[in-house]
Amino acid sequence: MHKDLEEFQEKLPLKLLDEIEALAPASKLKKVAKKVLEEYEAARIDAGEAVGLISAESIGEPGTQMTLNTFHYAGVAEMNVTMGLPRIIEILDGRKSISTPSMEIFLKSPYNKGEKIREAALQIKETKLGDVVSEYGMNIVDLKIELKFSAERIKELGLTPAAIGKVIEKPLASDAQVKVEGDGLTLRLKEKEEGRGLNALYRLKEKCKEVYVSGIKGVRQVLPVKRKDEYLIITFGSNLKKLFELDFVDTTRTTTNDIHEISEVLGVEAARQAIIDEVFRVIETQGLDVDIRHIMLVADTMTASGEIKGITRYGVVSEKASVLARASFETPIKHVINAALKGEVDTLNSVVENVMLNQTVPVGTGLPSLVSKKEK
Amino acid sequence: MATTFDVSKHVLVPKHAKVGEKELKEVLDKFGIEVENLPRIFLKDPALESLDVKEGDVVKVIRKSATAGEAVFYRRVAA
Repeated sequence: MHKDLEEFQEKLPLKLLDEIEALAPASKLKKVAKKVLEEYEAARIDAGEAVGLISAESIGEPGTQMTLNTFHYAGVAEMNVTMGLPRIIEILDGRKSISTPSMEIFLKSPYNKGEKIREAALQIKETKLGDVVSEYGMNIVDLKIELKFSAERIKELGLTPAAIGKVIEKPLASDAQVKVEGDGLTLRLKEKEEGRGLNALYRLKEKCKEVYVSGIKGVRQVLPVKRKDEYLIITFGSNLKKLFELDFVDTTRTTTNDIHEISEVLGVEAARQAIIDEVFRVIETQGLDVDIRHIMLVADTMTASGEIKGITRYGVVSEKASVLARASFETPIKHVINAALKGEVDTLNSVVENVMLNQTVPVGTGLPSLVSKKEK
Repeated sequence: MATTFDVSKHVLVPKHAKVGEKELKEVLDKFGIEVENLPRIFLKDPALESLDVKEGDVVKVIRKSATAGEAVFYRRVAA
């Protein structure tokens, strides 16, 4: 940084300083910076301004213009991901399970050049027993099921019948005995189930189809796509923690749209950034123009407690110190009764409770109190 | 976790650093607040893994901001 700008380092944001340095002639740097500082301070929001209210209106109004429902884009290669208003609601409510979890997986070289991308994708996709079995043989006399594997499919996945047998043994332990036989497996019904005969056998056949074999749990679909000049994998279903255990995944750029998962794997600060990115992307694709500062404020509020709290009565509202403020949002009787039982005290430090009591609210000009000097 | 996974290298994770006592006092004076007023971060937060912090410490988060270029944020470490 230029030495003429050093004194402004604390007062002006980095972005402005960089811009000044890049655009202004070197001899006039100080003068320009001074002028910019004047403008910057005039443009800055005043202390005590009700910024939350401004944000609420600035996000709420364009929200009314958003498409109320998602459409299915037929024929588009990208998968259908919830967008528009439902997605915004989902994020801001801090929902634990979202309607279309999806990951964007960046790969390390050489996978990102498209080499062996199919293998990589197959390793990521969750494979169930039903996906690799080509033929079910029901042996009614001995009450067992003979499974034949599709040789091609298990070769692709790098599995063997013996390895599959090992994986499925435990989840099926209560129903059947697993035995490797040549190229296939046999599931023999447990003795206690034998009495129920055929029915139990049919139930076992359906159950074994859903047993996890390999891949990442929760990833139901994988889709390799080319973006700019590298290949990445988009998934339907999300499990960041397990995915980061694979060594061909680029763990510096891979993300998910499940904000709680980000918070768990990468921390609150990453979650805050993810909230901003996700909300802003939706607003942008809808062709709306909301200042990013409003979204930053919301994201800051949601993550202030160290974890994600939705803008709901169970989330940020339940964190409020004032009983009256909590009661004014939703379920008032519950709050008032609980507060009475606990003997809570309301110190009337915030806005809503003072509005209720017809007192000056501590925002804007209501914030400063008068201090008088005593005459000696 | 894979050997290559490092939380602090991820694009979404800003730089976290422990705040010294002297700096902390300056910060609290600047904003006229107590430590308890700061937003929290849990001790078990993945981003704090490589930092030597304990409950009650304050960490400084240097965010990349779309509006300011770089923005500094403080969080109190909570259990």
